[in-house]
Amino acid sequence: MDTQQALFQYCLRLGDTNLILGHRLAEMCSRGPFLEEDIALTNFALDHTGQAEALLGYAGQLEGKGRSEDDLAYLRSEWEYRNFLLCEQPNTDFAFVIARQLMVDTFHCLLYDQLRTGKDEMLAGMAARFLKEATYHFRHSSSWVERLGQGTDESQRRIRKAFNDLWRFVPEMFESDSAEKTLADQGIAPESSDLQAQWMVNIARVFDKAGLSIPAVENAPVGSTRAVHSEHLGHLLSEMQYLQRAYPEAKW
Amino acid sequence: MEHISDSQGPLWEVFTQKKTGTPYQHAGSLHAFDKEMALENARDLFTRRGEATGLWVVPASEIIAVQPDDAAPFFDPSDDKVYRHPTFYEVPEGVKNM
Repeated sequence: MDTQQALFQYCLRLGDTNLILGHRLAEMCSRGPFLEEDIALTNFALDHTGQAEALLGYAGQLEGKGRSEDDLAYLRSEWEYRNFLLCEQPNTDFAFVIARQLMVDTFHCLLYDQLRTGKDEMLAGMAARFLKEATYHFRHSSSWVERLGQGTDESQRRIRKAFNDLWRFVPEMFESDSAEKTLADQGIAPESSDLQAQWMVNIARVFDKAGLSIPAVENAPVGSTRAVHSEHLGHLLSEMQYLQRAYPEAKW
Repeated sequence: MEHISDSQGPLWEVFTQKKTGTPYQHAGSLHAFDKEMALENARDLFTRRGEATGLWVVPASEIIAVQPDDAAPFFDPSDDKVYRHPTFYEVPEGVKNM
């Protein structure tokens, strides 16, 4: 695989994860536990959507077929999406939203930190900017995990359940594909598998303060690098893409 | 019975600093259950559009305020003492914060 093609696929993967997570967070708009947290969550939704915009925009340039970030976001079908399965899981309760967020934020902090010293200038520049956002997101999600873990019996039960339910999506985050290997060989991006040990250390630190224990991994699904998804992505896209599909090229 | 506002946590007052070296100014208030949450909420509510380089949060209950009933004895006596205003001096050009 040539570098440009690999970089295209890689940016798509990173961009899709941000886009889909941003959409799930946007669904929390008006459904936060209280006003301030509602604003915080939608603020993060905008951060992730903004990262997606930059990454998909760059992906479109690399592809060279004239597709814009909007084309890539709104005119692809689910078998062309490469986001983490973790991000497409539907929101259940606030603890679930926070647990998912901590898992992704911890991953993003490590990934962006590596990417910003990578050899692709454009990607490195974006990563430096994204790292600041991810660092803040991590601060927010980790402080909430601690709070829920040390809170009431109910908050503790819910945050435990959230991590138990989501833990099967951990291995997928560290799955490398051929595009990633191509970029790793050239010092453009790290191999995800190299991030796993530190991810576990950083998560364990938060769990320790929260009084939580690391769940076991059972029935871990993998597939996003091959664009194989859970049943939830199609439903999400039908809502997210509705306007562009119903009114092609609509602008406002 | 607990007051209804308790479900959102206690009230905090937020102060932002627009530029390094300038005074902190009151930006608004918010609800939060602890210091870290108050600081994070303040960041997300009041600094999202590049309004701040510094941020303070203060528990509203820790602020000692003049009660409205006491306003007259506190503030009215200064009304008739114009000689306390430095209006008889010319402010040199270039002085901005005075």
